[in-house]
Amino acid sequence: MLKDILTPDVVEFNVDGIDSPEEAIRFSGKLLEKSGKIKNSYVEKMVDSFHELGPYSVIAPGIALPHATPSGDVLVLCLSFVQLKHPISFGHPDNDPVKIIFAIAGVGHGEHLELLQSLSALLGNADKIEKLKTISSFDELQKLL
Amino acid sequence: MYVVTGCGLGCGTSLMLLMSIQDIGKKYGIEIEGEAVDLGSYKGKKCDFIAASSEIAKQIDAGDIPVVGIPNIIDKAEIERQIKPFLVKE
Repeated sequence: MLKDILTPDVVEFNVDGIDSPEEAIRFSGKLLEKSGKIKNSYVEKMVDSFHELGPYSVIAPGIALPHATPSGDVLVLCLSFVQLKHPISFGHPDNDPVKIIFAIAGVGHGEHLELLQSLSALLGNADKIEKLKTISSFDELQKLL
Repeated sequence: MYVVTGCGLGCGTSLMLLMSIQDIGKKYGIEIEGEAVDLGSYKGKKCDFIAASSEIAKQIDAGDIPVVGIPNIIDKAEIERQIKPFLVKE
């Protein structure tokens, strides 16, 4: 499933010039917006969620999963992958700094569950996480999925 | 057993956590039912325990119901360590 969803247009490696969680969340959301999968309001809702709920979306060391509640602004279930050149702080006491970001936009309960399961399986593998932090090409990413 | 998992919105990390907890239950031969809820919805839920990422768990006040906070919610070994004291065979 991840192989089909993480297409080249929603994946970026070694992204430079990101200094804040808001910039990181917007960057990961804009990839989905530019590819026509979500509307801008969803991107801003992800930023709002971060402000309201804090850094809990940093689910594991170095990994953030920003998301929001969809309301007609998610056109298709999608996910983006952003690997930062310089890890940044999200303000999480245990899991900072953040190196990789998967922005999730869910729609449709069944598919959304399947996506989370696939992502859990990928991130449950410590070797793969290390590789996700260092790989630099789409081909390498595809091999991990 | 019945477990409630919480996250800010009730659709992302809480669901991932619930699925992991159910897998761990299977390993011990315990069937775990549950639901993933947002921060506003856990109150009044009847359950054996509540689990959430540590940043969310801090914000949960559930009275007598144990709340388990998990810093790394994709580390199954860590989740297992944290929830094991609360697993009960019925």
